[in-house]
Amino acid sequence: MASSQSILFDQPGPRGKRLINTLNLIALVLVALVVIAVLMRLHNPPDGENQLDWQLWKPALESEAWTDFYLPGLWMTLKATTVAVIGSVIFGLIFGIGRLLPNIIIRLVAGAIVEFCRAVPVLLMMIFFWRWFAFVGIESASYWAVVVGLVLYNGSVVAELVRSGVGNLPNGQHEASMALGLTRTQSLIYIEVPQAITAMLPAAVTQLVVVLKDTALGSIIMYTDLLQESRRLGSMYFNILQTLVVAAIVYFFACWLLSRLAEWLPSYLAKRTAAPIDTDAVAPIAAGDASNINQIAVAREVENRPFGGVPRQYHVHHRGSNASIQHWRRTRYEQGYDEWHPRDPHNRNVIRMLSQKPVRSQDDKQIDDTTMNPPVGDPKVD
Amino acid sequence: MTFRTQSIIGKCLAAICAIACLCSLAGCGSVSTRDNVIKIGIKFDQPGVGFKKSGTYVGFDVDVARYIAQELGYSEDQIEWKEAPSKQREAMLQNGDVDMILASYSITDARKRAVSFAGPYLVAGQDLMVRSDDHSISGPEDLNGKRLCSVTGSTSAVVVKEKFANEVQLMQQPGYAECATALFSGIVDAVTTDDIILAGLAAASRGRLRVIGKPFTTEYYGVGIKKGDTAFATRINNAIRSMINDGSWKRAIEDNTRGTDYMPNPEFNPPSPTEGEQHE
Amino acid sequence: MSSIHELLTQYDVLGAFAVNIELTVFAGLLATVLGIILVIMRISPISSLRAVAGGYVELFKNMPLTIIMVFMVLGVYAQLKLSFSDNFDVNFFWLAVTGLGLYTAAFVCEALRSGINTVPLGQAEAARALGLGFTQTARQIILPQAFRGSVAPLGNTLIALLKNSTVAAAASVATETSSLMSEMIEFHADAIVTIFLIFAIGYVILIIPIGMITTYLSNKLAVRR
Repeated sequence: MASSQSILFDQPGPRGKRLINTLNLIALVLVALVVIAVLMRLHNPPDGENQLDWQLWKPALESEAWTDFYLPGLWMTLKATTVAVIGSVIFGLIFGIGRLLPNIIIRLVAGAIVEFCRAVPVLLMMIFFWRWFAFVGIESASYWAVVVGLVLYNGSVVAELVRSGVGNLPNGQHEASMALGLTRTQSLIYIEVPQAITAMLPAAVTQLVVVLKDTALGSIIMYTDLLQESRRLGSMYFNILQTLVVAAIVYFFACWLLSRLAEWLPSYLAKRTAAPIDTDAVAPIAAGDASNINQIAVAREVENRPFGGVPRQYHVHHRGSNASIQHWRRTRYEQGYDEWHPRDPHNRNVIRMLSQKPVRSQDDKQIDDTTMNPPVGDPKVD
Repeated sequence: MTFRTQSIIGKCLAAICAIACLCSLAGCGSVSTRDNVIKIGIKFDQPGVGFKKSGTYVGFDVDVARYIAQELGYSEDQIEWKEAPSKQREAMLQNGDVDMILASYSITDARKRAVSFAGPYLVAGQDLMVRSDDHSISGPEDLNGKRLCSVTGSTSAVVVKEKFANEVQLMQQPGYAECATALFSGIVDAVTTDDIILAGLAAASRGRLRVIGKPFTTEYYGVGIKKGDTAFATRINNAIRSMINDGSWKRAIEDNTRGTDYMPNPEFNPPSPTEGEQHE
Repeated sequence: MSSIHELLTQYDVLGAFAVNIELTVFAGLLATVLGIILVIMRISPISSLRAVAGGYVELFKNMPLTIIMVFMVLGVYAQLKLSFSDNFDVNFFWLAVTGLGLYTAAFVCEALRSGINTVPLGQAEAARALGLGFTQTARQIILPQAFRGSVAPLGNTLIALLKNSTVAAAASVATETSSLMSEMIEFHADAIVTIFLIFAIGYVILIIPIGMITTYLSNKLAVRR
């Protein structure tokens, strides 16, 4: 954060600092005033009851509320989340690979299914599956409706992650496997997809936040998740606002923890793949759904190193396009900077040195060796 | 490369195992194979009618269901309670997920095409609930220019709007608790649904809400059972009859609406349970 | 086929889609304005503004939209008594717009920030070397380029917003698509697949063009460096 700030403006001088402090103070007072106004309003509304009353908060916080309502609800939420995530990964792998196979029919079918699932709001899918499952007699219809709705949508996002992960691999990976005599499909399955999976993991974890948030839609179709259970608790003592606040805090905390995990993961995985590890924006368009938004691109706070690192290469399909263009796997353009691969000056020197070698005279070399260029073999110099 | 492939296959297997485990936890495993158990569908989220609280179940429907189960020869721990949300009730009976449903389930001709009923065990009626200190509303006709809350997908608010008060403004909320909260805070002036449900809510409100007490429809609450099971319907009806006769029926109503002066519409109550004993 | 025709004449499906599009347009405008303000706050020299904007984004990004919608009705309207109109339908529509807008603003802010990350360091340094202050640098140098770099994430956000507008059902907007679909299924349980496909295809028709326009714009506007 700090580094990005210092880039956009000069370090403030004494007057600037005073001004900033004054503004900080004003902002603090404003925020405090808003908070106090809201609390006063809750304490003493024009009509209705005092929402800050301990009578209302106590039943929302006592241990019985947790053991009977919040924790069972949270368990249901986490259960649906876990099953949906595992299902999404399987769905995503099947259809993501399907979209890359040489066979054009498989490609088209897989593509149509993925595009369809990404365009339909999750809530509509859940309502449909709920009624349909109940109609054909599947037990716990609302649970399976939540899971299937989430799998179809998030699975299609994972499919796109797999596809763009493969697209982002250096061409050498594919060429090398061709040279080893593997077929297109073998190269895909054994060489490219495993690396793409590693590269997409952080984005998939980011998608976990999306799944977790979306399970709350299940309450609309009567799935007894955390939100639904907190409603029920609230209907006993008419303190539904209070129980919803507790539920909201639990949701926030769970999502926040997952976001932190997504931030930590890339540094751990970077050494295991040739593809750029990308926690944001791997999935192209329509990665949206009924309770989250611009997904992967932004669902995660990027630990800022905004203007550092090497330029990141993407094929055009990446960051944003639903429509495939011809030869998308070979088309690349620069957008963004790869924070995890800082510029390597040593590497550049080697290249410069190699290119300079033929024109170098004997006299120059002496100077080079001693003053300018490091020995080729030693990576530590520079 | 082989190592890589194996590890991927291993991971896939692990994932599938994990799914299988979660499935078994998730309700695939909840089908009971025990004999001698009666599965009863109730509401879990309506105070006073059917509500799940600290692992026990309370409410008028629950009391009636307990009594019937007892008369049928099942003890308390042989009852398996299941949640029966409004939209899933017919499907649950048809699939055999439950043996009977007591979940504010009105007997209607449309429903009788899919399931059969026993009962009725109560004749409820649509009514209004208002704030205790609000005396401007004494019936659905007074709602013109007022605000009315009902539950998403229920037709009760539409009935009021079409038959009694064209200029009423409607708010739809996912549950009655939300409606009651809105009523407390003054953004709506009345909540409408069946009187027994409203009485249950009013009982929980510590005297701050009251039911008008002039029901303007009749809803025959029946026990939903599998279609065509007349013998079972007869046994249930006998149980309801003896519940009414030995006074437990009246006690159950009083217990679950304590603090309100709720009385089921005396014109129809106590009902005579004769439904479902003949083939139609 | 006749059943499809019957369903479409009996229910106002197009009207329901119109409600969702209206929700999307108004919420989108609100989110854009708020998102720009938030992103300027996040890169500003004043630390309290940065903290407020950061907290806002973190809060709304990690909160289910369903809960936000419920709070708009039961909290903001019922308790704080902030209302838009005495007419219930109008009021709930605008409450839903506000809820969607507040939620989406956090993602617009993040989209713009990812756009800012595409602006090379030299641009900001050069601007400072020319003696431009923070507001000038942001307004004239950084943000115009950032917008061009964030077309794709913004398009994603718009698509997500359109799909999220179905959650307005939780804020008592009863005329939008998900509510209408529930109602239609209620009365035509035998045509459930047909009903679902009508709505699903409606969304596909709406969303694929947005995706294609976004792709076109993001390629056309991308700053080639």
